Amino acid sequence: MSYTLGQKQLDSIEDILKQDLIDNGVRCVFLIDMAGNIIANLDNGEKQHDIYSLAALAAGNFGAVSAMAKIIGESEFSLLFHKGKKENIHFNKITTEFLLITIFGNDISLGFLRLKVSESVEQLKVILEPLLSG
Amino acid sequence: MAFVNLKNREIQVKIVYYGPGRGGKTSNLEYIYKKFAKRINTEMVTVKTHGDRTLFFDFLPFDIGIINGYDVKIQLYTVPGQVKYNATRRLVLRGVDGIVFVADSMAVRREKNILSLKNLQENLAAYKKSIFRIPSVFQYNKIDLKEQGIPLLPPVTLERDLNSQLDIPSFPASALVGTNVVATLKKIISLTVASIKKDLI
Repeated sequence: MSYTLGQKQLDSIEDILKQDLIDNGVRCVFLIDMAGNIIANLDNGEKQHDIYSLAALAAGNFGAVSAMAKIIGESEFSLLFHKGKKENIHFNKITTEFLLITIFGNDISLGFLRLKVSESVEQLKVILEPLLSG
Repeated sequence: MAFVNLKNREIQVKIVYYGPGRGGKTSNLEYIYKKFAKRINTEMVTVKTHGDRTLFFDFLPFDIGIINGYDVKIQLYTVPGQVKYNATRRLVLRGVDGIVFVADSMAVRREKNILSLKNLQENLAAYKKSIFRIPSVFQYNKIDLKEQGIPLLPPVTLERDLNSQLDIPSFPASALVGTNVVATLKKIISLTVASIKKDLI
């Protein structure tokens, strides 16, 4: 099984990520699927990461945390966030199949980031939801 | 679940090396990493325990170039082979497009191969997938041990144990020396890409 995204859909996804997240100070954002494939990635030009490895590990990490949640009787943990000295990573699930990952510095508060992420997620859902229903 | 990006004309494909513990899955990736170092511009990612066993997975992105106008990016993963790590093994299988089953040719591992193949079927079923429909190949690893006098299962026995119903391509191999490692990889890539192409049309 495979799925396809066209130029127009990918442009809209990148517009959403840029306007809501990068323009608001997020250093790097990527949208992946749960298999670890990268659908879109944007950064503010400061730092280049090894995004393929990051995506594989992020999908694995998210899967592991979800499995832990199930074992202790939670359907999922709503906040998934790793805090570092300078860089932080935030994970947000979109439908059952996609994951939005943001890397941000200490100049943005977690609350503000979560607000912006949830706004983007609502818009991204409109594009992504129909993809896997067929 | 391969992802086709029409904007960048790029296809991302996930191939998983499965099989019993200490069978040589990680060694396959390590050989590929060494052999194609020039074409792989990132580090191989491994999540290991202190005892050097795979805990979660190994990951190696591999760019095979342009096929039919699409830049095909292959993501190679291994699963942890040890029985106790089934939860993480199942996670790695999510969205798999092609499978290399690395069986251990040592006679003492006969039962372990069969159990691991059964485990693969169960874990695929959790994602409503079947080994009969996913492009797969067998690799009968460790044939180099014959020279050291270690009893090995003849390929015909391995075929009967594992491949009698599936009837998929199989390769006697040595991941350590490199025998048929690339042949296995080429075969699974061509089967997987052909299946995705069929899906797209």
